Amino acid sequence: MKKRKLLKKLIALPLIAAMTAGILAGCGASESSGFRTVDQIKQSGTVRIGVFSDKNPFGYIDENGEYQGYDIYLAERIGKDLGVNIEYVSTEAASRTEFLQTGKVDIILANFTVTDQRKEEVDFALPYMNVALGVVSPSDKVVDDLSKLGENDEVIVISGTTAETYFTENYPDIKLQKYDTYASAKTALENKNGVAWANDNTEVIAYAMQNEGYTVGIPSLGSEDTIAPAVTKGNETLLNWLNDEITALGEEKFFHADYEATLMDTYGAEYEDQLVVEGGKTE
Amino acid sequence: MEALGIDVLFKGSNFMRLLGGLWVTVELSLISVAISMVLGVLFGIIMTSKNKAVKIISRIYLEVVRIMPQMVLLFIVFFGATRAFDLNFSAETACVIVFAFWGTAEMGDLVRGAVTAIPKHQYESSYALGLTKSQTYYYIVIPQTLRRLIPLSINLVTRMMKTTSLIMMIGVVEVMKVGQQIIEANRMTSPNAAFGVYATIFLFYFIACWPISLLASKLEKKWSD
Repeated sequence: MKKRKLLKKLIALPLIAAMTAGILAGCGASESSGFRTVDQIKQSGTVRIGVFSDKNPFGYIDENGEYQGYDIYLAERIGKDLGVNIEYVSTEAASRTEFLQTGKVDIILANFTVTDQRKEEVDFALPYMNVALGVVSPSDKVVDDLSKLGENDEVIVISGTTAETYFTENYPDIKLQKYDTYASAKTALENKNGVAWANDNTEVIAYAMQNEGYTVGIPSLGSEDTIAPAVTKGNETLLNWLNDEITALGEEKFFHADYEATLMDTYGAEYEDQLVVEGGKTE
Repeated sequence: MEALGIDVLFKGSNFMRLLGGLWVTVELSLISVAISMVLGVLFGIIMTSKNKAVKIISRIYLEVVRIMPQMVLLFIVFFGATRAFDLNFSAETACVIVFAFWGTAEMGDLVRGAVTAIPKHQYESSYALGLTKSQTYYYIVIPQTLRRLIPLSINLVTRMMKTTSLIMMIGVVEVMKVGQQIIEANRMTSPNAAFGVYATIFLFYFIACWPISLLASKLEKKWSD
């Protein structure tokens, strides 16, 4: 019996050793976490930018494997003006904050909407785009004013979106038809199950552009939110650098050029002034 | 072709990118599986121990792995370790750690099951024939255990391979993520791309898992003689 125990111990030891070694080996590659200042980024020669890789037309990868989009256009300029290479990190909506808080990226440029809750977790630079809600409806019966909706008119929303929250809070009398996916909401509108569809204005504008016979009656509803670059909380040098950069870019109408290069195909020229924020100044 | 949305795969380097994504998936899962197999066998033998403390610790480890969603483990290792201990793992290292941590526990439990299922008379007959303890393990116990293990561990391996689709959350671009990138990049021009791309990814996973199943049934046949 004694012998057997000894055998187990002998087996257990290398196992524990192997696990510890594995963890330590991982540390070997570690750099100190936390944010990097502008000087540190310049010194390293690479800025790490977290972007979306599957949100056409803001951040996506084209058929040649290159990052493209409205956010990327700005990222490329930031890299150029910092004089460093760019390492893109593909992020998901749910992990954007974590990437910044652990210093795994220097900047997030992933269609990041400025909200009060997020402001406590990260530092936002000046905004470069507006977002709001929008309402799209068939062109033969455009809904351009919510107060004119009839008693039995129902509005289509996707569950869990800001549109749903907004209508529940501000228009409790309007009947909502809730769908789980973009595709089912789209079908519902096409089958005229509801009189209009409320969603992010970028989504409804793009929808009306692609589908003939639909018009965005209300292009901007509710509180206007903005989209801005974000850095790790407390990274003042980088935040100030970004703010100066965005202000300076306003003078050359950089974001209008960005819109024309990346968003024009999706949203058309008429929404340019509504969506673009130039030089960090919102009206 | 266009209605099925397969055409997008032949645009630019899309198909090669999808294959590249598959390689990331296969590579990370194979490394994790290899580590899990080795550590899992050791852990399984440890789990057969009659020592109370060892039993309790292994039990806790196993339950933690079973209860925790792999996504949570990934976030803990990739982000949590950086916050708490200043350990900055690369996303790929974090994946291997999490998948090996998970695989070792599950594999260990399979090994424990297989070892304890060997009837006592097998040991006794072996000792009666004059085999030493290590000989008994080498000639009698391990071969029988391995045979029982194969179908179970294949199940585990394919499950691990499929679960790697979660690692996109920490920034690793594997086959699913590449697929989503291709679908989204073409959502204006080929709205049906989702069907074709996902069908192709399904085929890819099948191609990656099928040889493992084949190998398993071959080994099973060979060892049953």
